[in-house]
Amino acid sequence: MIIQFICRAILLGVPLLYGSTGEIVTEKSGHLNLGIPGIMYVGAISGVVGSFIYENSCGNDIANMNPFLAVIIPLLCAIAGATLMGLLYSFLTVTLHANQNVTGLALTTLGIGLGNFLGASLINITKSELPSIALTKTSSFFSAKLPFADDLGWFGELFFSHDFLTYLAIVIALAVSFVLNRTRVGLNLRSVGENPATADAAGINVIKYRYLATCIGSAIAGLGGLQYVMAYASGVWSNNAFGDRGWMAIALVIFALWKPSMAIVGSFVFGALCNANNYIQGLGTETQELFKMLPYVVTIIVLIITSMRKKREHQPPANLGLNYFREER
Amino acid sequence: MDKQPAIELKNITKRFGKVVANKDVNLTAYRGEILSILGENGSGKTTLMNMISGIYFPDEGEIFIDEKEAVITSPKDAFSYKIGMIHQHFKLVDVFSEAENIVLGLEDGKYNLKASTEQIKKISEQYGFELDVDKKIYTMSVSEKQTVEIIKVLYRGADILILDEPTAVLTPQETEKLFNILRRMRDDGKCIIIITHKLHEVLSLSDRVSVLRKGEYVGTVNTAETSESELTEMMVGKKIELNIERNEPHDTIDRLIVNGITCVDRMGTTVLDDVSFTAKSGEILGIAGIAGSGQRELLESIAGLQHLSSGEILYLNPKTDSIENLRDKTPMQIRNMGVRLSFVPEDRLGMGLVGNMDIVDNMMLRSYSKGHSMFLKRKKPKDLAMKIIHDLEVVTPSASTPVRRLSGGNVQKVLVGREIAASPTVLMVAYPVRGLDINSSYMIYNLLNEQKEKGVAVIFVGEDLDVLVELCDRIMVIGSGKITGVVDGRTTTKEEIGLLMTKSKQEGESDNG
Amino acid sequence: MADTAVKTHREPLFHVVKRDDMPWWKAWAIRAATIVIAFFIVGLLSAAVTEKSFGETYSVMFSGVFGRLFEGRTTMLWKYLQEIAILLCLALALTPAFKMKFWNCGAEGQALMGGLAPIVCMIELGPKLPYPVLIAVIAITSIIAGAIWGVIPAIFKAWFNTNETLFTLMMNYIATQIIAYYVYLKGGGSNVINPVEYGNFPAVGNNNYFINIVVVAVITVIMYIYLKYSKQGYEISVVGESQNTARYIGINVKKVIIRTMVISGALCGVTGMLLVAGTDHSININSVGGQGFTAILMSWLGQFNPFIMVIMTALVVFLRIGVSKVADTALLNSSFSEIMVGLVILLLVGCEFFINYSIKFKHSKKEARV
Repeated sequence: MIIQFICRAILLGVPLLYGSTGEIVTEKSGHLNLGIPGIMYVGAISGVVGSFIYENSCGNDIANMNPFLAVIIPLLCAIAGATLMGLLYSFLTVTLHANQNVTGLALTTLGIGLGNFLGASLINITKSELPSIALTKTSSFFSAKLPFADDLGWFGELFFSHDFLTYLAIVIALAVSFVLNRTRVGLNLRSVGENPATADAAGINVIKYRYLATCIGSAIAGLGGLQYVMAYASGVWSNNAFGDRGWMAIALVIFALWKPSMAIVGSFVFGALCNANNYIQGLGTETQELFKMLPYVVTIIVLIITSMRKKREHQPPANLGLNYFREER
Repeated sequence: MDKQPAIELKNITKRFGKVVANKDVNLTAYRGEILSILGENGSGKTTLMNMISGIYFPDEGEIFIDEKEAVITSPKDAFSYKIGMIHQHFKLVDVFSEAENIVLGLEDGKYNLKASTEQIKKISEQYGFELDVDKKIYTMSVSEKQTVEIIKVLYRGADILILDEPTAVLTPQETEKLFNILRRMRDDGKCIIIITHKLHEVLSLSDRVSVLRKGEYVGTVNTAETSESELTEMMVGKKIELNIERNEPHDTIDRLIVNGITCVDRMGTTVLDDVSFTAKSGEILGIAGIAGSGQRELLESIAGLQHLSSGEILYLNPKTDSIENLRDKTPMQIRNMGVRLSFVPEDRLGMGLVGNMDIVDNMMLRSYSKGHSMFLKRKKPKDLAMKIIHDLEVVTPSASTPVRRLSGGNVQKVLVGREIAASPTVLMVAYPVRGLDINSSYMIYNLLNEQKEKGVAVIFVGEDLDVLVELCDRIMVIGSGKITGVVDGRTTTKEEIGLLMTKSKQEGESDNG
Repeated sequence: MADTAVKTHREPLFHVVKRDDMPWWKAWAIRAATIVIAFFIVGLLSAAVTEKSFGETYSVMFSGVFGRLFEGRTTMLWKYLQEIAILLCLALALTPAFKMKFWNCGAEGQALMGGLAPIVCMIELGPKLPYPVLIAVIAITSIIAGAIWGVIPAIFKAWFNTNETLFTLMMNYIATQIIAYYVYLKGGGSNVINPVEYGNFPAVGNNNYFINIVVVAVITVIMYIYLKYSKQGYEISVVGESQNTARYIGINVKKVIIRTMVISGALCGVTGMLLVAGTDHSININSVGGQGFTAILMSWLGQFNPFIMVIMTALVVFLRIGVSKVADTALLNSSFSEIMVGLVILLLVGCEFFINYSIKFKHSKKEARV
């Protein structure tokens, strides 16, 4: 029971981990990307479209599908879709100096619209009775367990039973943490977010770093959308099912104090909270609805607590939300 | 001796919108010399140097390095030509350590802070710097930050060094130390360019002086063959007397008595430590100190903007002869008590005025809340705006121009004009001439003197010791939040004040030892 | 010579210069041109996905929005005005907060709570109270509910500088869950409540939306005056521009933040009331339907001017209804309209660049000589 609860929490937490790792990369460059929810939608639907095309081209027969292609096509599609959204955001905010909040929100509107429109169009094509589209075959490749997981009992289930995107999320978060703190690129990126004028004077290409950080961050976030569809929802896309996970991912960034390693823990805690209502005995349908607000309440509490302590190292990048224009006088 | 030209500028022009910042400037700097670029504020010195260091790109003209044409489109290009600039506002990342700041932006080789640290130490020894490489910038003093900047450009192998107003924030003692280091670098064969508007520094340090006026190149002279008056004439175009009049104060009475105030900031640092003094009507009380020694907090405490942990601020009301305690009152309460206190803060557009509002709305800041109506009355503020524009010769397209579009001097006139229009009994001004040209500066000095004649208690926080010594009747020196001495403006010297400025620091250091 | 030729190509071809001297008419001409271009693009894209001609697309759009107006049927027009009113009311509610640089992303939740109060009154008190008293109670409770939902983040912002963007966002989802809870409770296990007959706003001249539209029109004018001519409006601008200046002249910044968010939340509450008592006579978790977010963009595009917001909301609602109609006729999902709205807003956001900056092309001397 407990093991199942933890595994479920991890599964629910992984999309948030992708989202917040991506957002951390972007925020470290000084850009607050509120388009992440939309970008995660686009990542998900791009992956869905990719695997839909591949499944159909194999005649909808799992025997014809190449496991490698079945995984890599949706993966690349998700990355490409999300990166394009990131590119759009960076073009508007970095090159055209547009307001970051407004651009981000508009991008979220656009992304959710794209997700639902393409999703609905695919449902139309399949002439399905249900308002959803099932890619269970592709999903089975995504959620393959490690072969020895079942032999190790609860230990195996806890550590080795997850889909590969879960492990990838942790690897990416740790890698981002390493790059930020231990490499020259990380030092440069942090300086761009802290004080772009200084970074510029030191010969760092601020525009390049901001574009790259936003696009890479978006790509990472897009994978979160993919993981949600392929692993969590077993390959079933239905409109609006992804919900508000994008916003929670952004909130998680603050919870994690802009540290990807903290985001790993944070995302699993959030996952547990999202799921708590299913594991508390004797709740009626309506009370369950009340319990679903738990993660949001906790996010608010975390927000308040982080704002109350004022340690210098725990503050957001000093230039977060501000565009940089070299010749500004 | 035959000198090699390190850098030559030919017919450089740079415009910002309609403003011509540099027009047809020609300039040459040689290796093994210190060249001063002299000019008033707004004469285009910094813009010119920013074009050499790759921050701006010239609209017209060419730059030659070692007699070859160079195209510098970014700071990176500047490094590759071995040009290093130390900006007036330091370009450092506050949350990084010294070493991290120094290696920031470099691309050669592996990222290895340890090896870099060794090299930083070597450079420090060579020129006599003393610094802890792991220290975070936000814990450093201004002069330490400047040292980091200098090591940073040396670490990159710069042999053309540009320093923008390097002494503005230093004590006389720190300035002398810096000059010695610069001389040592010159003798090493480096080309040093310093931007300044302080004549005595030019004369004591540089080999040659190039003068800019209103963006145009005026000429270059050898320091040994020139004089202060010749340079002044080149700088401002006409001979002007650089004396500030100072009348004897008369009928002085105590107006503001500050008694043992202590202030602790959010980070838990004591920024004001048991400060006591008296400001008298009809005199100018100067406050000197290294930047960030508590001057701002002191003025803000009096104005009701700081929370004090102890002490009292007593105001002697000339109308009622009653004594009011201003401690823990808000600015609104202070005003409603009938205390006529005016305050020209250091941060003009960030505190004294609202940059995006026009002059009329900025006039209203002080008076909008008067009366019981729910709605604003713009008639009186508009009249006041027109009066100030006329009386103080504010250059502006109209009274409905956002103040951020005005030049620094005109912004300050609007602010000082508004504060004086409130007919204060206490007038506090913080760095009122920073960034202003000579004419505007003298207009401000005259306004302060006028207020003094009217019997106002003027408190003047300044950074230029020459001006403090010429203008103020008494000068109070503050160091690390403590009053380290009060001297008579007529008998003191800059050196005496300089020593008092660092006094508490040295005491602190010996306490630790 | 070869050396210099290599170097010249490194000179930037153009560079960007900030400007703030563009006359207002020119700025608006650029925005208007962008809107025209945006509509053209929307037409082309819609035509492409629906395989209709460009002209046909637009005629579907117009008839989708205005119906058979020329035949004297005003039903569709009223519906259009009603949708404008709701979105506009939310945008107006957000404007004082934005002017103060308080990113209130919680219009959705504040409006939902403002809608919860009336539905509770209608169900619980409807049969017991006389109609005028019921309407008064509905109005008061919905204003209070919206204000409370708005002021909670404001209190934490004022004292601890808690990030209001995320706080208000989270408050949306809490509000959603409360509504979901209430709907399950009263809907007998389903996620709908049947329309309640008590406490509905009266129809004027057979028109159910008349009152909603008049209320929002009045709020528009009041908001314009409040922001531009009142002392409180002035305080909001000062706090928004610089909190330091506000403190310096003795404005109680905490008080202004809280007061402004009470107003902002209360107006969102009014929107919720218009939706529940004036339109749907019911509530569900999608009653506000994401308009709280669109309203943020409307307020920003309106540059804090309520009358410009009227134009912007009219345009966006036109797209929303019109493009959905086009998509419907081609049996496509109506989310297509969301994509178009997002696209148009992004174009409008991008066009500000050409108002605030100008591009200077660099003419090198060599070219000039040729």
